[in-house]
Amino acid sequence: MPVDQPGSGAGGSAEPGNDPDCTRIVIPADPTAVREGLRALFDTLLLRGLAAAERGTAEIVLAEALNNIVEHAYARNSGKIELTLQLHCAELVCQIEDQGEAMPGEVLPRGRLPVITGPDALPEGGFGWHLIRALSRDLHYRRIDGRNQLSFRLDAGQSGG
Amino acid sequence: MELVADCQGDLLIVTAMENRIDAAGAIQFKDRMREIVKVPARRVLLDLSRVAFLDSSGLGAVVAVMKLIGPERKLELVGLTPTVAKVFRLTRMDTIFTIHPALPEGLRHAG
Repeated sequence: MPVDQPGSGAGGSAEPGNDPDCTRIVIPADPTAVREGLRALFDTLLLRGLAAAERGTAEIVLAEALNNIVEHAYARNSGKIELTLQLHCAELVCQIEDQGEAMPGEVLPRGRLPVITGPDALPEGGFGWHLIRALSRDLHYRRIDGRNQLSFRLDAGQSGG
Repeated sequence: MELVADCQGDLLIVTAMENRIDAAGAIQFKDRMREIVKVPARRVLLDLSRVAFLDSSGLGAVVAVMKLIGPERKLELVGLTPTVAKVFRLTRMDTIFTIHPALPEGLRHAG
């Protein structure tokens, strides 16, 4: 079953729940909800203390993973995305689930950078998986019961103040 | 997507006023830029110093703008913030664009 609590409002919401080291968020699959969801997420107790560099990295990886689901798994059709973050030993353990289409071949794209052949042939896309792979660790994908599960770890160094 | 354009002779300085260019705003950014760069300035500087976050869609839009003003004009970027610089570096787009740390003194936008 999709979620154990009802989906949140248009922009999604981040809920600290009972565990201060865990945050779960459910958002509709559209780019504006991704933006608002990330904003809510980085405002939670869990993520508020992230050092600037770690925060930037986490935001890049999460945005790429979520927008990839919006664009490809759901192909801009409606759907829900569920994101669970856990703080564990200075790492952020991230799990993202959706019920969109499976990855082609049920494997993750290799994320090779597009080849730059000349100024007229500059690539305008194809960067997303390269960024996710470059900035995350323990990246795993599996397809189970019509759901996509993506998991990875990020550094979660805290800011001094 | 608010963009402020300031034409100084041969130079067009465009300042992105939003703090993010992401998947939700990339198309709007590209469309606004398409209008703005119709000015026949020889150099186009895009000031990104207020943009804290740019994702791969935002990057793709910046690349698209570079292509649509060319080939005789180049898009130069100004003031990449740390997370934006990281995206350019990791995708090696920092080797494609001329990137200035800040706007030269005297060219700074009043607003």
